[in-house]
Amino acid sequence: MNRLQDVLKNARAENRAVLIGYLPAGYPSVDGSIEAMRAMVEGGCDIIEVGLPYSDPAMDGPVIQAAADQALARGVTTPDVIRAAGAVADTGAAALIMSYWNPIEHYGVDRFAADLAAVGGSGVITPDLIPEEAGPWIAATDAHDLGRVFLVAPSSSAERIALTAEVCTGFVYAGAVMGVTGARDQVGGAAQALVARTKEATEQAVCVGLGVSNGDQAAEIAAYADGVIVGSAFVRRLLDNRDPRKGAEAVRELAAELADGVRRGSKAR
Amino acid sequence: MSEQTDPRAEIISAYAATAAMPDDTGHFPTDDTLFGGRFMPEALMAVLKEVTEAYESSKTDPAFHREFADLLLHYANRPSLLTEARNLSRRAGARILLKREDLNHTGSHKINNVLGQALLAKRMGKTRVIAETGAGQHGVATATAAALLGLDCVVYMGAEDTKRQALNVARMRMLGAEVVPVAIGSQTLKDAINEALRDWVASADTTYYLLGTAAGPHPFPAMVRDFARIIGVEARRQTLEATGALPDAVCACIGGGSNAIGVFHAFLPEESVKLYGFEAGGSGLATGLHAASITGGSVGVLHGTRTFLLQDEYGQTKDSHSISAGLDYPAVGPEHAYLHATGRAIYEPVDDREAMDAFRVLCQTEGIIPAIESAHAIAGALRIAPRLAAELGREPVIVVNLSGRGDKDMHTAASYFGFEGGEL
Repeated sequence: MNRLQDVLKNARAENRAVLIGYLPAGYPSVDGSIEAMRAMVEGGCDIIEVGLPYSDPAMDGPVIQAAADQALARGVTTPDVIRAAGAVADTGAAALIMSYWNPIEHYGVDRFAADLAAVGGSGVITPDLIPEEAGPWIAATDAHDLGRVFLVAPSSSAERIALTAEVCTGFVYAGAVMGVTGARDQVGGAAQALVARTKEATEQAVCVGLGVSNGDQAAEIAAYADGVIVGSAFVRRLLDNRDPRKGAEAVRELAAELADGVRRGSKAR
Repeated sequence: MSEQTDPRAEIISAYAATAAMPDDTGHFPTDDTLFGGRFMPEALMAVLKEVTEAYESSKTDPAFHREFADLLLHYANRPSLLTEARNLSRRAGARILLKREDLNHTGSHKINNVLGQALLAKRMGKTRVIAETGAGQHGVATATAAALLGLDCVVYMGAEDTKRQALNVARMRMLGAEVVPVAIGSQTLKDAINEALRDWVASADTTYYLLGTAAGPHPFPAMVRDFARIIGVEARRQTLEATGALPDAVCACIGGGSNAIGVFHAFLPEESVKLYGFEAGGSGLATGLHAASITGGSVGVLHGTRTFLLQDEYGQTKDSHSISAGLDYPAVGPEHAYLHATGRAIYEPVDDREAMDAFRVLCQTEGIIPAIESAHAIAGALRIAPRLAAELGREPVIVVNLSGRGDKDMHTAASYFGFEGGEL
């Protein structure tokens, strides 16, 4: 069993949701992003999604695009991202990579899985890969004992939710809203309905992302989901604090606020 | 055609024809690569299923057939002419026939696909269409169809392209469309597609994404091809009428590849007909500044499909470069990847200089101002003519798809050829 499953199991034993934080590797620099991810773990994130910056991020809003663009302009590469995942794993948190499909396919599907497993990474989230196209990926992640996280959306039919949950190992990522990444004032009722529909199809953990940015929203989601995923709000903190130490501190504070929200919400279950 | 024949029949049979590819899963499989497919967020799977169902049912629906055929006949100006280019032929040493998609309403082949998809959008109950555009020809065609059919229209266009294709921006706005300049990434066609996808994932319940080329996730490569297929069906008949035989070769320019697949498809079973796709060679393949995805790229996934694309060693998309905004795209439709891999079609780069030389030659020998995109196909035909003549031992017959007219390119041409001040 890999660390992702341990983390989810332990949280379930404590009857609480997990907190999952996202940052792209390479912003403000590879080492700077690693510092910020460590601060997220110190602040209370259970799982870190290490973003692999991509030239054509069609699922991302302007905040993540801005950080990823700058990371690419400074030359971040796939091995840098894997190194960052290894550094996160060294803290004891579960490290996932979040990547669009082409960088994985081009690196080599099996090589990517092997290299990530070798540094202690726990799994990969693939936002533009659907189960029908995932044959070689399923084989590679199975061979290297990595978690596979696919997404479901408010528009997903019951049939597609079942198909998707079937191939996830670790958790199912429920997109809270129809849209790209980015903080929103309200997450809304679609997320809760989607989690309920997904739980009808699977025993696996269901974690909610897209649009979550503060402790109150985290609390609201933790009341019904197994995990709360926050991305753009963390990236915003780094973009707003150009001094890396201040950035890491701002990220730590947000993680603490969200972790507190997750615990409050979990008690309301 | 006889008097009794319904003039709609050719258009209907061109669209309704069934094809072996793609397979049921939307792939174009070769021995070692599954081209095509669907690499898109799950959030778009529901609407892609809706589009697929609407497309498939339209292929066998007589009411849709009539509506589509009537629009192409009485609005878009089909059939388009096949013009014997006598002066160009003498210069080339080949008999060159120009398929005149430049004479369609809105000035390019794009109107064929756009009218088809806009009708589908209406049938699906969508009230808004979005589109990406490079040269602006697809955007103009989409804005036109939206005006005609009463749909709201937003066109995403790279900020760089809004500058070099200012005339088309004005046309789209005049037609009532909102044009959104996209100022991120390379600020060209690929970034406009990313932005349109971001819109669609949040708006799919009311909005149809009217993709402009035979690329993207299934069913777009097949559907766009089928709507453009009339080009080759007409060209095949017209060539037989004009020469009594099939052509020896068919030439088209390739960006995403919709005009090319449109003119190629009816010739695929005809083994004697060579098919040539001319990619944008930009400053030359050796310089790295080009848009030749097949001849200068490698297999990967971009914008929902597995195909050839320009990418670096880590799978990051490289910026493409071409004097022609419509070919300035770092990937190509998956059926072209398949036709290249199987050897059925031949793909070669044509650089900016060759294309602009051909642009001037066509203007000054035939009195036809082509789009710079189409000038790549003219240049290619001039290049292969002596080769074919040597192989065949006679004057070859070459059909060139003149995919669009060049009014939109006058600013670029004036500046390239050094007309005073670059102004007209």
